[in-house]
Amino acid sequence: MSDIYYNTVKQVTSVLLFVDGVKDAAYNEIVEIGLEDGRRVRGQVLDSRNGLAIVQSFGETQGMDLKMTKARFTGETARIAVSTDMLGRVFDGIGRPRDGGQPVYSENKIDINGASINPYSRDEPSEFIQTGISSIDCMNTLVRGQKLPIFSGFGLPHNRVAAQIARQAKVLGSSEKFSVVFGGIGINSEEANFFMREFEETGALERSVMFLNLSSEPSMERVILPRLVLSTAEYLAYEEDMHVLVILTDMTNYCEALREISAAREEVPGRRGYPGYMYTDLASLYERAGRINNRKGSITQVPILTMPGDDITHPIPDLTGYITEGQVVLSRDLHRKDVYPPIDVLLSLSRLMSHGIGKGRTREDHREVADQLYSSYARGKELRSLTEIVGDEALSAGDKKLLKFAEEFETKFVNQGYYEDRDIEKSLGIGWELMSGLDKSDIKRIKEANIAKYGKWESDGEKN
Amino acid sequence: MNGVIYRISGPVVIAEGLQNPKMYNIVRVGKEELVGEIIKLDSGRAVIQVYEDTTGLRPGEPVVDTGEQLSVALGPGLIGSIFDGIQRPLDKIQAKSGDFISRGINVDALDYKKKWEFVPVKKKGDAVKQGDIIGTVQETGLIEHRILVPKGVSGTIESIKEGKYSLDETVAVVKDDVGKHNVTLVQKWPVRIARPVVSKLPPNVPLLTGQRIIDTFFPVANGGTASAPGPFGSGKTVIQHQLAKWSDSDIVVYVGCGERGNEMTEIVKTFPELKDPKSGKPLMDRTILIANTSNMPVAAREASIYTGITLAEYYRDMGYSVALMADSTSRWAEALREISSRLEEMPGEEGYPAYLGSKLAAFYERAGRVNLLSGKIGSVTVIGAVSPPGGDVSEPVSQNTLRATRVFWALDASLANSRHFPSIHWLNSYSLYLNDLKEWYVKNVDKEWPELYVKAMGILQKEAEIKEVVQLVGYDALPEREKEVLDIAKSIREDYLQQSAFDEVDTYTSMRKQFIMLKSIMMLDQYESARVEKGENVDNMTGIKPKMLVAKMKYTPEDKIDAMFEEFKRSLEGS
Repeated sequence: MSDIYYNTVKQVTSVLLFVDGVKDAAYNEIVEIGLEDGRRVRGQVLDSRNGLAIVQSFGETQGMDLKMTKARFTGETARIAVSTDMLGRVFDGIGRPRDGGQPVYSENKIDINGASINPYSRDEPSEFIQTGISSIDCMNTLVRGQKLPIFSGFGLPHNRVAAQIARQAKVLGSSEKFSVVFGGIGINSEEANFFMREFEETGALERSVMFLNLSSEPSMERVILPRLVLSTAEYLAYEEDMHVLVILTDMTNYCEALREISAAREEVPGRRGYPGYMYTDLASLYERAGRINNRKGSITQVPILTMPGDDITHPIPDLTGYITEGQVVLSRDLHRKDVYPPIDVLLSLSRLMSHGIGKGRTREDHREVADQLYSSYARGKELRSLTEIVGDEALSAGDKKLLKFAEEFETKFVNQGYYEDRDIEKSLGIGWELMSGLDKSDIKRIKEANIAKYGKWESDGEKN
Repeated sequence: MNGVIYRISGPVVIAEGLQNPKMYNIVRVGKEELVGEIIKLDSGRAVIQVYEDTTGLRPGEPVVDTGEQLSVALGPGLIGSIFDGIQRPLDKIQAKSGDFISRGINVDALDYKKKWEFVPVKKKGDAVKQGDIIGTVQETGLIEHRILVPKGVSGTIESIKEGKYSLDETVAVVKDDVGKHNVTLVQKWPVRIARPVVSKLPPNVPLLTGQRIIDTFFPVANGGTASAPGPFGSGKTVIQHQLAKWSDSDIVVYVGCGERGNEMTEIVKTFPELKDPKSGKPLMDRTILIANTSNMPVAAREASIYTGITLAEYYRDMGYSVALMADSTSRWAEALREISSRLEEMPGEEGYPAYLGSKLAAFYERAGRVNLLSGKIGSVTVIGAVSPPGGDVSEPVSQNTLRATRVFWALDASLANSRHFPSIHWLNSYSLYLNDLKEWYVKNVDKEWPELYVKAMGILQKEAEIKEVVQLVGYDALPEREKEVLDIAKSIREDYLQQSAFDEVDTYTSMRKQFIMLKSIMMLDQYESARVEKGENVDNMTGIKPKMLVAKMKYTPEDKIDAMFEEFKRSLEGS
């Protein structure tokens, strides 16, 4: 650690300081910036050369000047002190307590950027996580070690969905509990309070760690915050053998902050002004989910992002979708129809689903039921848009049944209570019940044996 | 020789004080000795792209020029390995640094302790030149590794050994005008330079993949190039995995370039358990994996596809047919863009460097079926996935890739959303090899084959036209003739084009079976047309037996398909 203060700041922009005469600042080294009024702001070296260091400030550069502002290079790269004392605590965007408690002291200080898991050391995620939400469990199954984002839009109840997942998530036949590490990125205080209250009420707070950066707080901290969240999660998972569920909301704010810094650095922009390295940057967060051979713990990620203009091809959801193992998409249409959770099953996908379901994991008919519900619902929705043009008189009897099925699928299967915790048997059961409203000859994705075992048709409706 | 760091900006480091540094030399950067490569020289300073995370580096730390270019070690032991982007074996990295990859790790690409059984094929006094095979080593159950005379060596064999040797032991001595050259089991080759060949051959043999839509409608030639652009969730990776599993090449090099860690894990875990359809040996016995997952350093991503293609060329030079899958080249292009932007180069389209197109073209140009220096024939087929933002192929990486490749598999989001897999769109895709390969198909599948696929494609195109009409007037208003076309088109789509990667039988279809299946559907077409001509309604034919049999064919094992075909033909006569 150095005690030298450089008062050679020669240029200040909204987020950057150029410090002259610095010989050997380390890349990514943490800098402490002292202002005339005694304020202390932290920053990080973005570009270091012999004689000049460019420092990105985590706080507002308001009030900084070229005369009295001083910079001290701490000799450390960004690290976080981790211990199990963090459970039950709330921290701010750069790791300071915001619950009035003492800072966490620990000898164990880890690099917030983490290191990449060797692909050779990874274990395949395959344990089914029951979230109690039918449209996820049955149709887009989440497994331990997966990263499954929620693609949402402004004004949709993504926070409630996330809170419900955090409250209800469990692994069947296992008593191990999840611990939750929560990162609130640029969310407003109401949202923050919602999660705090939610975690408190359900008793989840004592097994969770929260990092909050409110929308009124410096946006630069938003780039640091998810890294603190994930480092904490890695510590809990790989050193303390816990199964950690990471919730990050809202990743859109993270990307905005990234763009802001990039613009301040005058970098060549990529699509829509977001930096060209945003894919790599997002991957450095999302890829910190997973399981490791011979280690007990796991990290499952549920990042939430709001798609600007509900546009799934916007760079933020687009790049995210290329990295994550599927996505759960919320639909404004369903939300308007008062369906909760408004999950658009047709646009959602879980890439790791097949690893976690089937005989011995959930039930032998799971894959087939999911496929059948999916295809019948898709067909029903297609018919629905058709009848909007030509009316439903022209429809055959079978088609009318499909139309009704699509309706019931939304109101009975997707729709469920905020406190309703359906087990997988129940979810599959509802699926079978809805299918019984269809002609048996329309059930093409399910094998005879399973129809005989679980089917709810009274007579053999097959025609020859 | 040593210099010091002058500046650090992300993965780019500028060093000064190096003695006459050369472009593309490998350097060791900083106290931790991170691996880097010189990519620009600027009046006494060298610009270096560093293949590892540069956090914590300081100006003034040492930079050492190794004097070597970024090279790969070529020798027995490559097959079955899983390397990072600069050919460091991930299992050895794990042994050294644990489950997380730490920095500055220096491990050998190959195992220099292991002894291999060397069998000479040349004898003392034989004249040999670069690229000739002097002996063999049984590398895996499937692959015989042929030891080649290295670059710059040609003369007569003064001595040659037989027996167990480790990689760096001399197995032969070649004498020429200059002096004596020791030949070992291992040699080095710089990755950015293509290995030489005599000449390229015309692309008139297909690379069979067992995937019906590919082999039938959009085949890739052995030694050809193909691209598969598609949005996320459209099944790019599944297709690449399928090709890696089932393509009839001798060797597969799979480059996971900036993709998901869990996907690489899936390959590592499943390939050793999967069996090669021809030999029954584990697929890993013919596969080399290169993994630079999306959270591994970006500069190594740029290098990973060159590492991959150089390994592929090396096995090609032994006379093998090699398939290289790169998933995804967009990540490689983005790595290029990131480095370029750090160099403050003038950007081209969407921030990509102006040389993106020429780099991509040069990469795909390394594919080909060729006459080798040794007189044999070998091939490298390159199949690249592209991940266009938002699935829009008008972006620079897709466009430049389309220009450089001859097969375009258009992966389609709407097909994927309706769970039609593989989601290759039959109307948007193309293969420029169709004509070159016609003769092969006539000779090796059936003389009727070209006619069959043209007919089938015609029906699919007709379907698209009729569907537009249906949008306006409704299905009921169609004449029965057109309803029949829709009916057969549906059968082609559902019973032929749709193919499940996860069904034990359906996952692979031989050419013979493809012929029977397509022939059956066309016979069904004739049969239904005839009934329609007689005034019957298409809706009456929904559950007829021949149709049910066609639907069952894809799940019928190869050895039962002939019997099935006979049953199908009987059902046409019977009903």
